[in-house]
Amino acid sequence: MEQKAVKRREKDLKFWERIYIPEILKGLSLTFKNMVRPKFTFEYPEEKFVPSSAYRGRPVLVEEENGEERCVACGLCSRVCPALAIEVQAGETEREKERFPEKFEINMLRCIFCGFCEEVCPEEAIVMSKDYELAFSSREEGIYGKDKLLVPANQLQDRIDFLRQYK
Amino acid sequence: MPKFTIDNREIEFQQGQTIIEAAIDNGIEIPHFCWHPELSVSGNCRICLVEVEKMPKLVIACSTIAAEGMIVHTQSQNAIEARNVVMEFILINHPLDCPICDEAGECKLQDYTYQYSIGESRFTENKVIKQKHFELGPRVIFDGERCISCSRCIRFCEEIAKDPELTFVQRGDRVTITTYPGQQMDNPYSMNTIDICPVGALTNKDFRFKARVWDMSSTDSVCTGCAKGCNINIWVRNNEILRLTPRYNQDVNSYWMCDHGRLNTFKFVNGEDRINSPHIRKEGQLEKVDWDESFNEAVTRIKSYPKDEIAFLGSAYTTCENNYVLALFAGSVVGSNHIDFISHLDPDFGDDILRKNDITPNKKGAELVGITPSKSGLNFEGMRKAIKEKKIKALLIMEDDIVSSVKDIENVLGNLELLVVLASNFNKTTELADLVFPTATFAEKNGTFVNADGIIQRIKPAVATVEADRALDGFEMSRLDKFGSEFDRWMTGAKMDAKPGWKILKSLSGLLGKKMKFNMAEEIFEDMAANIDAFKGLNYDDVGNSGVKLKTENIENAVTS
Repeated sequence: MEQKAVKRREKDLKFWERIYIPEILKGLSLTFKNMVRPKFTFEYPEEKFVPSSAYRGRPVLVEEENGEERCVACGLCSRVCPALAIEVQAGETEREKERFPEKFEINMLRCIFCGFCEEVCPEEAIVMSKDYELAFSSREEGIYGKDKLLVPANQLQDRIDFLRQYK
Repeated sequence: MPKFTIDNREIEFQQGQTIIEAAIDNGIEIPHFCWHPELSVSGNCRICLVEVEKMPKLVIACSTIAAEGMIVHTQSQNAIEARNVVMEFILINHPLDCPICDEAGECKLQDYTYQYSIGESRFTENKVIKQKHFELGPRVIFDGERCISCSRCIRFCEEIAKDPELTFVQRGDRVTITTYPGQQMDNPYSMNTIDICPVGALTNKDFRFKARVWDMSSTDSVCTGCAKGCNINIWVRNNEILRLTPRYNQDVNSYWMCDHGRLNTFKFVNGEDRINSPHIRKEGQLEKVDWDESFNEAVTRIKSYPKDEIAFLGSAYTTCENNYVLALFAGSVVGSNHIDFISHLDPDFGDDILRKNDITPNKKGAELVGITPSKSGLNFEGMRKAIKEKKIKALLIMEDDIVSSVKDIENVLGNLELLVVLASNFNKTTELADLVFPTATFAEKNGTFVNADGIIQRIKPAVATVEADRALDGFEMSRLDKFGSEFDRWMTGAKMDAKPGWKILKSLSGLLGKKMKFNMAEEIFEDMAANIDAFKGLNYDDVGNSGVKLKTENIENAVTS
């Protein structure tokens, strides 16, 4: 049953409400209170927002100190991706882990930032970064290859620590 | 029939069957690594342990002969615990590198770990280090650490390939597989060991790391490497064939296929030399033209010759449907009696396992559908002579590179005024052609082949041409095929502008004034079934996935040779 909204008519107002001035002061006091409250808006883009480690920005590949990617091109991220954003082509290398991604592309037009790729990754090789600035002007530019995806591990330490703690 | 009870179900068995065989016949799954229906029993993996009442210990279902009144439990507490323990034991030294391993997705060990293991290990020591990436042969790579010593590959080489090359060496946890000294695993069937390997220890050198199995679609088809017609699956990703694997058919190839068929019969489909759109020779050079122009050109030029001066060559490489339409085209559209095809025999190719000396997939089919000269017509030798004497001035060749395979034919073909070639790839014959029509390969069309044993089998399209649509034309679709769009790079694999041979001939006959009513391969087959004794009463559904043996008397009547 829908409850009938109680309409307050002029005749229902109390005396202090009817004389109007205290109500104005009440309103103004709220205004002044907010004027002196600390700001929480940013002067973006001059001032950048730095998200917490729980933030899911664009997915990136972890690059080890020797310049190699951790990724072994198992294709699980590609399989689990609900938006089919990830394409991986594996290749063979001489390294101890004999498989590596010859091609690793994330279509940022498809990506929905769900973080499943990060969750499923057995190598901690793909993590969600803090990068939220993803402007591009064509479909082609929206497909990020290894050149854009590889990020040195030390820049991602925050997120990796977060994952180790909570994943 | 004797009976025994398994999991409270009474099942019939044949005398001499093992428990696992009887169970599988009745749809009860007992896990197995080392047991394979076509190989001898080895009994070393122990995963098929079952509990049999009144037996003191658990027994392995693969080597225990079923007996009347036996009571078997596969799901009792003891059996389940035994399986857990066996899984734990096998996984002790098996590396957990599924992300790197190519077998992932079709790995028995992976599946069974999920189904039968509790997922815990008490093993805290280091895993044994063994040789990785060891080339057992030119086509197979061995990873010692992943091997679970089931010995399927060893038994395969001995029993099926009849070429014992592999053996176990060392003992205990250091046991590994190697070839006999100075030998390689290079028998012509070696790659079947990759399929039967229950783990990723043996991998396909050609296919390694190319694709995840779950990213590909798999289409039932038939190998075109020889007249045996081994049943295969065609694995396609992004409209490109990446591998072929054998498909079980007890009447033809069992579980196997030869390495030649597996490696050499599909690469031309995505080859660089594929013919993409029709070509006409203008001023000595083949030039790309559109379909209408090529059809008109062909028709005007064919019309300019009396019907006795035109000859036709069908092909044992292409389907019954294509050959049948060619026979109709030659006979009732053009009215020529000169029609034949060339058999290609390689006496070095055959063996007594699967491979046949006839290296074409459809010689019998070509004969059955009427690619044979009628009484007044010329056979190939006759045509050759007549072309030399310039009595035959026009020749249409369908899907056969005769210049590469027939000795000294090149000069003879030079005498022709018109050479029309239907081919999928540029080859030595198209080099001489005046008109080239691009045809769909075996992986791009529907059709049937009749193998050396008279079994008719279907091929199905796995790769889309320009005129085909995976969804609308009923192709097998992978997840990527289903959800991809034209903007996804993994969906933009090349599509060839080619048509099945019969469609080209149908267009030509329409322009020559005789319309053919066929719109799909199935309708041609119906027409064949109505007109040719050997195919009487058959349709595509009957042929199905495993083929039908044609009635022998019908074949004998039809085939005059």
